[in-house]
Amino acid sequence: MNLDDIDHALLRAVALNADQSTTQLGQKLGLSQPATWRRLRRLQDAGVIAGRQLMLDAEKVGFGVTVFLGVKLATKGRISLEDFERAVSAIPEVQLVEHVLGLYDYRLRVVARDLADFERVLRRRVMTLPGVGNVEANVLLSEERLSGPL
Amino acid sequence: MLDDIDRRILRLLQSDPTQPLPDLAALAGLTPARVTRRLDRLRQDGVLLGQRAIIDWRVLGYTIEVSLRVTLDKTVPRAFDEFMAAARSVRAVIEMQTFLGRVDVRLSLIARDLPDYQRIYRDEILTLPHIADIEALMTVAQVKHDESLPL
Repeated sequence: MNLDDIDHALLRAVALNADQSTTQLGQKLGLSQPATWRRLRRLQDAGVIAGRQLMLDAEKVGFGVTVFLGVKLATKGRISLEDFERAVSAIPEVQLVEHVLGLYDYRLRVVARDLADFERVLRRRVMTLPGVGNVEANVLLSEERLSGPL
Repeated sequence: MLDDIDRRILRLLQSDPTQPLPDLAALAGLTPARVTRRLDRLRQDGVLLGQRAIIDWRVLGYTIEVSLRVTLDKTVPRAFDEFMAAARSVRAVIEMQTFLGRVDVRLSLIARDLPDYQRIYRDEILTLPHIADIEALMTVAQVKHDESLPL
């Protein structure tokens, strides 16, 4: 899909804050409201904008801890990846599951109320997953999203 | 503190942030006026920060995504600040996190293809300051991606 500079600016704006009306967005980019709407619609229809994510202050809604886990499967070949993936995806505290190549087999993002709650999720839900082997945990301290190559 | 009604509204809104207020109110079993009041208060209290569009980088031609796990040379006093300031200016970086653990900083990096990744890695990543060690995890598939909170 071919994008021009205005599309890029529009994507940059909505990737950080999609709460703005098409009128507000248009004003910032020097576009009319209908033109802004048409461009956004085109980006959505093409799948460049895949959806919307609500931004909440995780700590204020009671999730004070986010942990990234690297998971190595113990018995590769003997357990089915589908079984592992199905089971891990069903854990509500697990926000992200990525099959990766490298030091680990899977990368997980897990939220918990506090460290004690994280320990519960880790011991009762993650460590009991089919085929799970070595697990490395890194506790998130800060996070920023960048607009990347847009 | 949130009560059950706040949680119900946020849960519904998380599953579809674009749904019109009347639909949201109907699903929550509340009047639109009450939902509006609740949402206003959640915004005021800084609980609800807004919404953002999710960009599908593959559609834009970025087929490679790599998670770079960086360990920094902590003998340098300003290693974190200097590394992060420099990493922020790498255009291929779409996310950056700092951690307590074996990994200090993680960068999410996207590239058009493997030669593109190789060029970015050599010219723009390995030249970042104060790197003690770096490990790459290449994403094969995203099995689950839902940053909703289990409210």
